Amino acid sequence: MPVVQIFDKELAPSKIQALKFGLWIGMASIVMLFGAFTSAYLVRKPVGNWYEFKLPIQFFYSTLIIIGSSVLLEKAFKSFRSHDLKNYQLFMFISFFAGIAFLATQVIAFKAMISQGLFIDLNVSVSFLYVLAGMHALHVIGGIIVMIISLTTALAVRPLINEMNILKLDLLRQYWHFVGALWIYLLIFLILQ
Amino acid sequence: MSAHHNHQDQDVLIEKLGYDDHFHEHHEGDKYQMNFLTKYIFSMDHKIIARQFLFTGIFWAIIGSAMSIIFRLQLGFPDASIAWLKPLLGKWITINDAGMGSLEPEFYYALVTMHGTIIVFFVLTAGLSGTFSNLLIPLQLGARDMASPFLNMLSYWFFFLSSVVMFYSLFLSTGPFSGGWTGYPPLSALPQASIGSGAGMTLWLVSLALFVVSVLLGGMNYITTVLNLRTKGMSLWRMPLTIWAFLVTAILGLLSFPVLFSGFLLLIFDRSMGTSFYLSDIFVNGMALDRIGGSPILYQHIFWFLGHPEVYIIILPAMGIVSEVLSVHARKPIFGYRAMVYSILAIAFLSFIVWAHHMFMAGVNPFISNFFVIFTLIIAVPSAVKVFNWISTLYGGNLRMNTPMLFCIGFVSMFISGGLTGIFLGNSAIDIQQHDTYFVVAHFHIVMGVAAFFGMFAGVYNWFPKMFGRFMNDTLGKIHFWCTMISAYAVFGPMHFLGMAGVPRRYYRFDNFEAFSGFDVMNQFITIAAIFGFMAQLVFVVNFFWSMYKGRKVTEQNPWGSNSLEWTTPIDAGHGNWPGKIPTVQRWAYDYGKDGIEYTQQHVPLREGEEHSSH
Repeated sequence: MPVVQIFDKELAPSKIQALKFGLWIGMASIVMLFGAFTSAYLVRKPVGNWYEFKLPIQFFYSTLIIIGSSVLLEKAFKSFRSHDLKNYQLFMFISFFAGIAFLATQVIAFKAMISQGLFIDLNVSVSFLYVLAGMHALHVIGGIIVMIISLTTALAVRPLINEMNILKLDLLRQYWHFVGALWIYLLIFLILQ
Repeated sequence: MSAHHNHQDQDVLIEKLGYDDHFHEHHEGDKYQMNFLTKYIFSMDHKIIARQFLFTGIFWAIIGSAMSIIFRLQLGFPDASIAWLKPLLGKWITINDAGMGSLEPEFYYALVTMHGTIIVFFVLTAGLSGTFSNLLIPLQLGARDMASPFLNMLSYWFFFLSSVVMFYSLFLSTGPFSGGWTGYPPLSALPQASIGSGAGMTLWLVSLALFVVSVLLGGMNYITTVLNLRTKGMSLWRMPLTIWAFLVTAILGLLSFPVLFSGFLLLIFDRSMGTSFYLSDIFVNGMALDRIGGSPILYQHIFWFLGHPEVYIIILPAMGIVSEVLSVHARKPIFGYRAMVYSILAIAFLSFIVWAHHMFMAGVNPFISNFFVIFTLIIAVPSAVKVFNWISTLYGGNLRMNTPMLFCIGFVSMFISGGLTGIFLGNSAIDIQQHDTYFVVAHFHIVMGVAAFFGMFAGVYNWFPKMFGRFMNDTLGKIHFWCTMISAYAVFGPMHFLGMAGVPRRYYRFDNFEAFSGFDVMNQFITIAAIFGFMAQLVFVVNFFWSMYKGRKVTEQNPWGSNSLEWTTPIDAGHGNWPGKIPTVQRWAYDYGKDGIEYTQQHVPLREGEEHSSH
């Protein structure tokens, strides 16, 4: 089924496609937001007065955690669609806690930085790291909030499998993969720089 | 065969060929508008939200233009007493021993800054695109509502919140932000830089951050609705040009406003966290700040990466409205429909690669400037295509010279006059002389200020019957048009001469400068013309609100004889827009005068032996 009903004029208007497509547009604007941050980084760096420092090791742990969380959510979605409710509930919960663990790891990473004296106003290179990881964390928190709402479905004794609930989980899944990929992009960007 | 369809024919056609989406069988559809609060205040109906955007826009337009009258008084009559404004402006008017009241220079800058911010963002972005995208996208596409009515409601309320914050900042004891609508650091980054850079700037940033959220929520809805919720038969190439314009506008907003947001966020960090993204080598009262290594040019790049698409976010909806209204009242199909679409797309694409032409004199590498000069000048091509098509649409048309039509023609006139000076300013060499002068002020006020307002007026006069079930008074409308047209040229025409003589913008007064002191009569003339123009807008406001309650009632569904689908809805369309099925589309939107028939609406099937218009 095409996501966008652009050229097929006989297709009836579809609300479901509209919601899926709306999410994509939202993600496009998030891409522009982080594109702007990383472009600013690239423009600012050659100006000089740039403090070099090592990325905290915790960022690599958190990367593994968020990848794991994504894989589990994918499994939860597949289980839900194939009516395997037990696995669905299990995977949903582990994925959710992995999401929390990701945020906790990010906090630990920043605590480690602060203990090394890498404060936000030390140098603009450090400031950028705070902004990038901080804004990313806000988008993860947005995903966590949706996950909590989604868990209320999962918590039910017999979760209702219908088109609407599948759609909701699908949207959550896509967004979650997106913020995961966004983090991997930021990490690779920071390593290369 | 008569082209005229009365109520019953219409309903029969929709009943026979319409698409049944079982909308009215779900009670979420009809029942949720139970009380006054959900129907008129926290409404999720796109038609109500459109009116909310329009009312808020009118409110801001009055404030924004009244501000310009106050600073024009200062520029035209710097030695006249404005003590009579003391009850309104309070401490911002100082009265000396001789009883002469004069405007505080700090507040002059605040007025200039707020005038720009308000008109650009609150009136010509939210008021224009917010109103007409909301009203027309579902109606002209045959949709029940937006893809997400809830997010649509949030979009308005974020705009409302943003408005409240900005309005509040006008009453701060230190005044609103006064560092120019572009908010360049260091004035915007250091609270101690000027009195408006403190709390005023903080509220400015909060307000505009909320505004970005509003634009993004609205834009997501507009794009999704256009691409996914069109009725059967409504292919992209059958959409009215209004919808094309709103679609591309929303895409521009979605891609550029997040970038502005990122720039603001870094600015907020510089203001409150002690970072140095934009700050370096700053001395305040002879003391060096310890903020080093930042680049104020970085802010300018980020700002204008939004800022340039923003001017097309303002003008594209006006272009779309003009294309549609012009065609309806010329009783002719729009000339070069596809060329119109391609030129909208070309303008939108180019708008992302020309931003640095706002920064030619800001220390950008002159070799890089060449790149931006070339693409800037190329924008003249799609713009000229559009102008040619509008004029060709008028040529040989059976013109109805009513108010909406007059504003469309006025728009084309303004767009040509203002567009031509853009070709001068787009050259980085000429910019050495012209930058930051009144030549720039004249250029952008004509091409995107007055022109966009004209598009908005054309839209208001044309769709007022759809919004309120009544007509606006045409005589008052014509008085409004001619007074506005004449005063707009009288205000901004002479500014070109000021600019060519090098008179800089944003100055508080000129009599201390030998080179600029010969223009006091011209400045007086401009101020008087501006006051005249402001009075003309009061005619519009009176006409608008009077007509809402007392205007001539609309008695037929399609009073203008227009082809697009909004006129197939009942005069007072309820929730869901069509009472039964939704119409399906059988033809493009511009079958005017085809086969000798005055107009054929989009949901009317091909007559026997008739072929689709090639377009």
